[in-house]
Amino acid sequence: MSGNKKAFYFLLIPVLLWLVLLIIIPHIDLFISSFKVDGDSSSAFSLENYTIFFEEKIYWFTFLNTVLYAIGITLLAFVVTFPVAFYLTKVVDRKYASFLTLMLLIPLWVGELVTIYGWVIILGDHGVINESLKWLGIIDKPLPLLYNNFSMSIGLLYMSMLFMTIPVMTTLESLDDSLIEAASDLGASKFTIFRRIIIPHAMPGIVNGGIIVFMLVIGDYVAPNILGGKSNLWFTEQIYNQFLSTFNWNQGAAFGFLLLVISSAVIWMALKLSGQKLEKVGS
Amino acid sequence: MRKLSIAIIALLLASSALSAQDVLRIITWKGYTPPELVKKFEKETGIKLKITYSNNEEMIAKLRATRGGGFDLAQPSQDRISFVQKKFPIYQPIDYSKVNTKQIVPSMLEAVKKNSGVDGKGYAVPFCYGTTGLIVNKKLAPDAKDWSDLWNPKYAGKISYRLKRPLLIGAAFGMGENPFALYGDKKAYEALMDKVTKKLIDSKKLVKNYWTSADTQKANMTSGDVAVESGWDGIGWQLHKANPDIDFVAPKSGALGWIDTYAIPRKSKNVEGAYKFINFMLKPENAAYFTNKEGYGTASLGAEKFLKKEIKDNFSRSFSKADLDNIKWHPAVPAGFETIESRDLEKIKAAK
Repeated sequence: MSGNKKAFYFLLIPVLLWLVLLIIIPHIDLFISSFKVDGDSSSAFSLENYTIFFEEKIYWFTFLNTVLYAIGITLLAFVVTFPVAFYLTKVVDRKYASFLTLMLLIPLWVGELVTIYGWVIILGDHGVINESLKWLGIIDKPLPLLYNNFSMSIGLLYMSMLFMTIPVMTTLESLDDSLIEAASDLGASKFTIFRRIIIPHAMPGIVNGGIIVFMLVIGDYVAPNILGGKSNLWFTEQIYNQFLSTFNWNQGAAFGFLLLVISSAVIWMALKLSGQKLEKVGS
Repeated sequence: MRKLSIAIIALLLASSALSAQDVLRIITWKGYTPPELVKKFEKETGIKLKITYSNNEEMIAKLRATRGGGFDLAQPSQDRISFVQKKFPIYQPIDYSKVNTKQIVPSMLEAVKKNSGVDGKGYAVPFCYGTTGLIVNKKLAPDAKDWSDLWNPKYAGKISYRLKRPLLIGAAFGMGENPFALYGDKKAYEALMDKVTKKLIDSKKLVKNYWTSADTQKANMTSGDVAVESGWDGIGWQLHKANPDIDFVAPKSGALGWIDTYAIPRKSKNVEGAYKFINFMLKPENAAYFTNKEGYGTASLGAEKFLKKEIKDNFSRSFSKADLDNIKWHPAVPAGFETIESRDLEKIKAAK
């Protein structure tokens, strides 16, 4: 065995350990337990944990709600962050660009919980927005900004949009400015340039960012729990409830698997629709 | 290199030696281990405390995951012990001869012994008690006095509660029913919970938000956004101290009484230390210090003479003699009931 090969196997060990111990074994365990129903003394094999999902409207309805919201927030993240990414890579001077990017990263340093509580302060009945609007005389009763689907979406968008910005910026950086200039010289409109040159070039970054945002949002617990209102539903909260309120871990495992399956399916569909390959997007 | 590895091994040995008998790992509720008492205990016994804050659900889940390991002492509510213990043995029986029972209110000790019991063995020692009832802003809702005020149209948009099982129980009492009497009859209990669920869904438009922690519970009242909410007496009295308009009100149909306890996990590594801590915390002067600070009642016999006047005033202000007699103490929860309640709670949350 050559030294090179030894190094290869040596470095493979941590990767394998990680995959097997932290990902594969726990998932197998969860998978098995999702097919079990606890009796008084022993547990039996059953499909009940999955069938109950389709029988109880509340479960699949929440599930659907979560998936649709996650897709919506992913699209929104693209709409909001694309101009920012474009501005930072193509418009603003290089020396300011890195400083501005750093500013964007600051919310990541304090952690999700703190930023979410920041939104509670901003959106509350006596929060910054409502108090300023009152002071300006625009409203006399506070607007219901907090504890509804609006505040939940803002929180989810805010904590996930950076993960869209960065990959899009990376792809835009590799776009040669002369392509845009050439198109412009040949008489293409701004919209055509955007649609025919910029978007196709940035597509791997957009899909990459989209996948990360979607996964973060669909699996998030903090923002829906704190910013969500009396009617908002998020599937992770139901998984949490199965584990912690009803002590039904088998049911929770089944729900976890359903979440895993559907999010993989959505990502697969997104890759097909955008004509991207996972290998290309992932790199 | 060799010196370094010896040093590391020595360090590891030292730290594991320390963790055996000189450390007590407690999983408890916020506020149940005041820093001053922690310092005092560490000084008296030389045992270092490692404290994890939690709640009933998490406590059970964590101990279940480790099959009763990871902590040396836990503080579950008395009604959440026996059914858990029957299903996943996570606690060990209490050796009451090691507990200084002379400093515990006898009736409470007996009740907890019985309620936490499995096969005739008790699994818990009472520590403190309190009630769940209403926290009311008297300026905004001078007449609120029963669970039914949580769906009183007069307070539309200024109502809040925690969407957990005590709410369903309280609402059932507010509707003139007695859910505890149905603990032996699962069918009837399910039917009652359906009725309660319907009531809470129909009145959902009156609710401002569902609070989820002591902090949100307090914020609701201090911001003036909420006039009536479900809440714990200790929190209500803390709020009263800051703003006399706010106070805890015992619902006419009965405040819900809970007792939080000490229970020892099955794989506790410091059982002796756990008993030392239990006896320390229930010593009258220490127990009184806790009650003076947090406002919750204590199971310690003889702590009363150390209590501040304002603490005694809290009780007499919120509880008349009739209210005291009418406190509904939580019986042990039968197995499987939380599944019914949890589905109902999700239905309420999902309703428009």
